[in-house]
Amino acid sequence: MQTLSKMPPASSAGLSPDNYTFLQQYLYRESGIVIDCGKSYLLESRLLPIIKAENLSTINDLCRLLRATAPPALKTKVIESLTTNETLFFRDSNVFDALEKSVLPQLIEAKNDIKRINIWSAAASTGQEAYSLAILLAERGLTGWSIQVLGTDLNQQVLDRAAQGRYLQIEVNRGLPAKYLVKHFTRVGLDWQLSPTIRSMVKFRQLDLRASMRGMAPFDLVFCRNVLIYFDVDTKKKILAEIRSTMRSGSLLVLGAAETTLNLDDNYVRVPHGAAAFYRLP
Amino acid sequence: MAKAMVIDDSRAIRMILGRTLSQHGYEVSTAGNGREALELLNAAPSSPNLVLVDWNMPEMNGLEFVKAFRADPKYSDVPLMMVTTETEIDQMVRALEAGANEYVMKPFTDEIIADKLRVLGLIQ
Ligand SMILES: C[S@@+](CC[C@H](N)C(=O)[O-])C[C@H]1O[C@@H](n2cnc3c(N)ncnc32)[C@H](O)[C@@H]1O
Repeated sequence: MQTLSKMPPASSAGLSPDNYTFLQQYLYRESGIVIDCGKSYLLESRLLPIIKAENLSTINDLCRLLRATAPPALKTKVIESLTTNETLFFRDSNVFDALEKSVLPQLIEAKNDIKRINIWSAAASTGQEAYSLAILLAERGLTGWSIQVLGTDLNQQVLDRAAQGRYLQIEVNRGLPAKYLVKHFTRVGLDWQLSPTIRSMVKFRQLDLRASMRGMAPFDLVFCRNVLIYFDVDTKKKILAEIRSTMRSGSLLVLGAAETTLNLDDNYVRVPHGAAAFYRLP
Repeated sequence: MAKAMVIDDSRAIRMILGRTLSQHGYEVSTAGNGREALELLNAAPSSPNLVLVDWNMPEMNGLEFVKAFRADPKYSDVPLMMVTTETEIDQMVRALEAGANEYVMKPFTDEIIADKLRVLGLIQ
């Protein structure tokens, strides 16, 4: 979780207009994320730790370095600092209510012959979404089933944290029902560690959503939430089309509350479940 | 208007939680311990729609309050959340078994309280 507002602004020379455009294009090229005009403070506060660590004095120096020969590690750090990774357990209770009450029971019924369910949390960030899904499925007590949740993200740093399955008190306080906290976590010092059972259901690996998704396991359920909002229309269209190639007929896509396939991809059929919208591939 | 009761021996916490809940549309009343809360509740014309209760308080602590509250059938369905510095799993299990629906570990933020109200299905 990032607390931008608490960071002091980068000192001395502010970001020059020229370098602003450079950073916009740089971020777009490396991640697809579009940053509007007037977000200097955001760029400066997020890049400040890197400027300090690299012993540079201003954000313009950092741009100069990036324009010249940025070492790959620096490039990665810059991109990772500029992505928003905020997430929480059971984010959007409408979606998780629908999963619990109708979507998962129907899916389990439909898969009862093969006893296999594959779920993908695209843009998994620090893993709370993927683990929330694993917890809900574990609660169903599906012995003898193969249940796999794949979490992917562009940012390797958040994936490393996700793979540990270890969370701060402030993170388990948010959105995670207490009954699941006491059942699936143990306390380790001030942190909270997810049980091996839940962790064994989830794997994480790096993936740029703009890359080809051919060859990815057909998924029954794809979560791609709160990431499309950062992209332009063409990128959104391309990603929605690629995601379709990882689904089979009847599979469901879940987007963030502020996202839709409308006017982007007509191949999905919007199916309301309670107060949440799911997008089905016919 | 939905009614909430906040029970905490710290006036500052009562104020912060009260403010958060009123932002979510609740009419809030407060009590400094479990006994005072039960007295106020019994004198009120109707049951509350939500109760937030601390654990460590003088006279009657939060766990004792939860047990007494749930023992009265008219309160059996009222959503109740503990908001406390107790962070041991055993304590949490005791609170849930006694009838708490949710549990927040202090320190909390407005966002954490709102997330938990969502978990309880009380706000969108
Ligand atoms: C706000 S988080 C969303 C987390 C979670 N899905 C949720 O809804 O709570 C957005 C994530 O998208 C990731 N991201 C940004 N651009 C990406 C890209 N091109 N490919 C894959 N992931 C990307 C970021 O690293 C970040 O972790």
